[in-house]
Amino acid sequence: MTQTEFLNIVMPFKDKVFRLAKRLLVSTEEAEDATQEVLLKLWNNKTKMQEYKNVEAFSMTMTKNFCFDKLKSKQAQNLKIVHSNYEDGNTSLQKQVELNDSVNWVAKIIEDLPEQQRMIIQLRDIEEYDFDEIAKILDMNNTAVRVALSRARKTIREKLTNTHNYGIK
Amino acid sequence: MVLNNIEKLIEKYENGETTLNEEAQLKHYFSQETVAPHLEMYKPMFNYFLLNKQEQFTKNVPLKTKKTFNYKWISVAAVAVLMLGFYLNSNVLNTNDCNELGTYCEPEQALNEVSKQLAMISNHFNKGTQSVNYLNTFEKGAATLGYLNEVENTTNIIFKK
Repeated sequence: MTQTEFLNIVMPFKDKVFRLAKRLLVSTEEAEDATQEVLLKLWNNKTKMQEYKNVEAFSMTMTKNFCFDKLKSKQAQNLKIVHSNYEDGNTSLQKQVELNDSVNWVAKIIEDLPEQQRMIIQLRDIEEYDFDEIAKILDMNNTAVRVALSRARKTIREKLTNTHNYGIK
Repeated sequence: MVLNNIEKLIEKYENGETTLNEEAQLKHYFSQETVAPHLEMYKPMFNYFLLNKQEQFTKNVPLKTKKTFNYKWISVAAVAVLMLGFYLNSNVLNTNDCNELGTYCEPEQALNEVSKQLAMISNHFNKGTQSVNYLNTFEKGAATLGYLNEVENTTNIIFKK
């Protein structure tokens, strides 16, 4: 497999890998490193790539596992690095500073969710995978994904309502 | 009517029962400037999802076409080089075997040279033995020391009595 062929396969989902890594690792730099690592692993095993039924789902699972490893090793080091790169530069939001602020709130709320729910929200609401794919990526069953998703969505809504009404009620 | 529909969708959404299509509808609705005030709190949520989707991975990935070096072939090459070396070397030996190795071709010349060398060696050797001769004087000194023993003997005799 040549480099261009590989890139043609990988390009469509490399951003998804990156965003999932960022969702789990929070820091942009670490997410970039993780993405790089995942892509390099794919490249090194490119001979086996034809055997995979769904390269994208496979890479997502790989990313998930890689990030978990990273998180585990970080916990073992007992080092907590606080990252605060929440802003997502967007010009259309210029006029709505308030809204921008609440968008950051969403980021923070999602960050507080358990890892599994975070991943499901990421895969479903942001990357728009269907339930079967999510179940495959996360190695869960379909209903469990739905339940976790529903919980996550409700938690986000609740917390958002709280912050929304803060100072009013 | 639209609002009614959206409210239903939201309920389904929270139960995790919406299809991707319906979620797209919701996202579209909440990306509008104005939404119903009681649904206001959903707006940042869906906006965030849309925003986040635009984030891209920009870092370059160094894809090296890694050629694993095959050590088997290195050894094969090394053996080949060695064999070639031996082969050439033996050729040289066969063709002109005197001057190349720093020896003399004529036996007489060789004899002359050897006797010259031997003479030189014996010369130097003699010089060495001369300096070793001094050891003889040392031996004399040691011999005179032997007389001390006799002195000791006599003192022993004296002290016994």
